[in-house]
Amino acid sequence: MDGLIVSLLNGLSYGLLLFMLSSGLTLIFSMMGIINFAHASFYMLGAYAAHAVAGALSPALTAGAAFWVALFIAPVLVGLAGAVVERFALRRLRGRGHVAELLFTFALAMIIAELVQLAWGRSAVPYRMPAAWGEPLFSLDGHAFPMHRLVVALAAGLMLAGLWWGLTRTRTGLIVRAALSHPAMAQALGHDVPRVFMLVFGAGCLLAGMAGAIGGSVFVTEPGMAQALGPIVFVVTVVGGLGSLAGAFWASLLIGLLQTLAVGSAWSLAAPASWLGASDAARALAAWPLSRVAPVLPYLLMVAVLVWRPRGLMGVRET
Amino acid sequence: MSPRADGRRFLACVALGLAVLALAPLSFDSGFQLGLMSQMCAMALFALSYNLLLGQTGMLSFGHAVYAGLGGYAVIHLLRGMDGGPFVFPSVLLPVAGGVAGAAFAALIGYPTTRRGGTSFAMISLAVGELIHAAAGMLPEWFGGEGGLAADRTAGPAFVAGLWPGWSLGPDLHVYYLTAAWTAACALAIHALGRTPLLKLANAVRDNPQRVAFIGYDPHRVRYLMLTLSAFFAGVAGGLMALNLEIASADSMGALRSGAVLLAVVVGGSGLFLGPVAGAVVVTFFSVELSRHTGAWQLYLGLAFAAVVLALPGGLAGGIRDAARRGARGELAHWLRARKWTIAGALSGMSGLSLAIELAYGRVHGTGGQGVVSWFGLVLDPSAPLPWSVAGVLSVLGAAGLFLGRVQSRLVPSPEQCDG
Repeated sequence: MDGLIVSLLNGLSYGLLLFMLSSGLTLIFSMMGIINFAHASFYMLGAYAAHAVAGALSPALTAGAAFWVALFIAPVLVGLAGAVVERFALRRLRGRGHVAELLFTFALAMIIAELVQLAWGRSAVPYRMPAAWGEPLFSLDGHAFPMHRLVVALAAGLMLAGLWWGLTRTRTGLIVRAALSHPAMAQALGHDVPRVFMLVFGAGCLLAGMAGAIGGSVFVTEPGMAQALGPIVFVVTVVGGLGSLAGAFWASLLIGLLQTLAVGSAWSLAAPASWLGASDAARALAAWPLSRVAPVLPYLLMVAVLVWRPRGLMGVRET
Repeated sequence: MSPRADGRRFLACVALGLAVLALAPLSFDSGFQLGLMSQMCAMALFALSYNLLLGQTGMLSFGHAVYAGLGGYAVIHLLRGMDGGPFVFPSVLLPVAGGVAGAAFAALIGYPTTRRGGTSFAMISLAVGELIHAAAGMLPEWFGGEGGLAADRTAGPAFVAGLWPGWSLGPDLHVYYLTAAWTAACALAIHALGRTPLLKLANAVRDNPQRVAFIGYDPHRVRYLMLTLSAFFAGVAGGLMALNLEIASADSMGALRSGAVLLAVVVGGSGLFLGPVAGAVVVTFFSVELSRHTGAWQLYLGLAFAAVVLALPGGLAGGIRDAARRGARGELAHWLRARKWTIAGALSGMSGLSLAIELAYGRVHGTGGQGVVSWFGLVLDPSAPLPWSVAGVLSVLGAAGLFLGRVQSRLVPSPEQCDG
């Protein structure tokens, strides 16, 4: 039972990390209609940038302080890179439809993966959080819950609150939402809509970079991390409903919990299968523990959601 | 052009293509070259099948390799079944079995995934691709785990009984001819499909699905049918690839392969029938050639992909067609002259960038002790400042050329702008 609670908390923390990624993707999609295929690559850039900044600062500061400063500088750098990409490439493609934009971000993902290998090599880099964060925050019956999980959860919670506050309670958010629903009208009222687009794309990349700066220190920082996480983030956005921030939130938690619980579970369908009198082959298949099936569960969930509710859990936009 | 002249030109093109396919082994007869040509043919067919989705129906798929990969597995499983079992299946028809496997899977999975087009389909196809890729890792009994499944391509009875008894699938030449024949047959079938009402409907779904729904056709059904058809040809292509390599692995269904076919179609140009073929040939050739000369070849492919998306909306085929039209009107020289700074700048920038990439690559992944980089025949030391400054100067000159080109195009309106 106590192990289950720790697993639930771990799943929640992983789900919140997924939300950090999918919120940026959803923001960019609902604003500009662009599915940013390079989004997970910006996550990877965030991790590597934080590693590089922390490494550069470490002679001047203590290790803990360098880590904290990098945590704030790296996302800004990634956000700037995103803004540059929007300004000099995506803006030129806007008139040519979404397929051209999608293709460009796909090419960008390839380029970033290669550039990262060019700059930092093909193997993982030692980007770790301060040792204190690895300490267990509390222990339930031998199952430890480490400190860094709480940090991930706190950062994601702050981000969610900031995003909600910025979009619904500030003047900038008002203009952003106006440019989202009525770009021509917002332009006519004197707002620089292309600049709003650039800032939104940069902000989305900044969110991905922040997720990378945190996630890269908790998990591993290596050139395959974008490819490993990218599809899951897309599953989250499809399950939640394209363009719905609330949907992305609940889908992130759902998939985070699903994956974490399944990986640690020895539960299988063996008992129901033998009870139903299935054939030997089917019984062998049913005897697989859930942990072995864990990698495909998010995708199965996505197919199930598509069959049952094609626009996703909370999606409103039919595309 | 009159329909008859059009038809005659089409027949001439087909005859020329068949002749090239049939005679190519006369001059390229080493095992490596034959293997490369087989790979190009299968890739061209794969790209054509992909273009049924992207070019004809407007469905951007990031998981098309799944259907080709499953076709490859079907062929490998059939070969393994024949290798020592009582089971018999003529080798010449093996690619069709691959096609049936691809189409069957598309018929199974396609109904929910084609419900929506556009961006949603793109993401869903990516997730389906990942699902199958992950499932392949879970089922090593069927998919051979990390190393994939190998089989002997000569396991089946060679050809139709009594006919061509001396032929088997052993030599590379025979595999090449089998691949070329199936590619040509399928390409003709895909071309013929282009005249059917289904393809016209698919084009309408691409351009305006709402309108198609309004006049009484179901866009979902059209997408579903097109996915199944396209998966059939992808399965044939995958079967041919598996026959050529005698192996099917989970990687052949992965995102990398899906990306490669997308790259081929976009670089070649999806608007013209031969665009994907040209793209497949160019991309296969460059991946093989570049990977022999530089370790950074994937970076070059990515950059070329991005450059084509930004600068050549019609791909290579579209660019060549536009240039031919300009040439026919006698405007080519003027058009080129108006862009001389842009072209010079692009060339200089490209060489500067490639020099910098090679030097950086030599520094980071330097093989054989102190990294020595060879760049277009020059042997350079990546730790010396001179090559780096040359790369910097070339890049700056390139940027300056591109800037001059933009300024010039603003000062001198092009003929198109005058027309408009």
